[in-house]
Amino acid sequence: MRKLPPYADLLGVTLAPADSRATLMMPFGGQVLGRPGFLHGGAIAGLLELAAFASLELAIADLDPQPRIKPINMTIDFMRGGREAMTYARGTVGRLGQRIANIDVVAWQDDEDRLIARAHINFLLAGSASA
Amino acid sequence: MTEAPPSPESPPAFDAERFFKRMGSVGHNGTLDIQWHGAADDWVELRLPWRDALIGDEEARLMASGPIFTLMDNATSLAIWRKMKAFRPQATLDFRIDYIRPAGSGRDVIGRGECYRLTHSIAFVRGIAHDGDADDPVAHCAGTFMFTGPAWSL
Repeated sequence: MRKLPPYADLLGVTLAPADSRATLMMPFGGQVLGRPGFLHGGAIAGLLELAAFASLELAIADLDPQPRIKPINMTIDFMRGGREAMTYARGTVGRLGQRIANIDVVAWQDDEDRLIARAHINFLLAGSASA
Repeated sequence: MTEAPPSPESPPAFDAERFFKRMGSVGHNGTLDIQWHGAADDWVELRLPWRDALIGDEEARLMASGPIFTLMDNATSLAIWRKMKAFRPQATLDFRIDYIRPAGSGRDVIGRGECYRLTHSIAFVRGIAHDGDADDPVAHCAGTFMFTGPAWSL
């Protein structure tokens, strides 16, 4: 998996340690604050997108050459306000095709069964050997 | 229709520009350095200045899509209050963004958010983002916000 981009550093997003499924984590702080006491929805969306990228990169790690990954669209449901706590996100590759990957990605805080947001993201795989 | 002249007791109408300039410099909006760009009755424009820190694709030096999401979430959210001429607490319920093309490397992105329908509980919004030419957008968005409390006088 490639290293996370500068935008991830801006959000404070890192790869969760000792995790084989590309789970990302984002600490609470001023850089991700929305209304007082809550995460900004845009920061949650940014974390979800980064986690979707990470799960896809893990899934295509063996492809040579590596395709360029371009986001096509994203649909997100905000389910609970994000509080002043660590937020985690992990993507699941629903289908990995030759040119399109469909990813479901979820975000949670203390309890993985109580999601704060979920999203569906479609990516275009460009320049892969078979594209 | 004529409006009654404002009485000393009536709260001033919501001023989206003043509100954003006061609140926009803190938290995640401040981190992204999002700026006020303009407004009319039912839309608000914000500007996201280019910075290397927003890069999501280092090879092509392209802006990540997350900052554009935040830009559009903010612009559409402000457009709701601008249309209502009042501040009412709200939360984003759902949002969809189509990333039509990458924003040009090094270019600022302008987001125009519009509220096209208000109901008792829900506001329906849509918008576009562009990097200089509104007829050649980089993204389209559509979403809904739900109100979480009564309107406030500011």
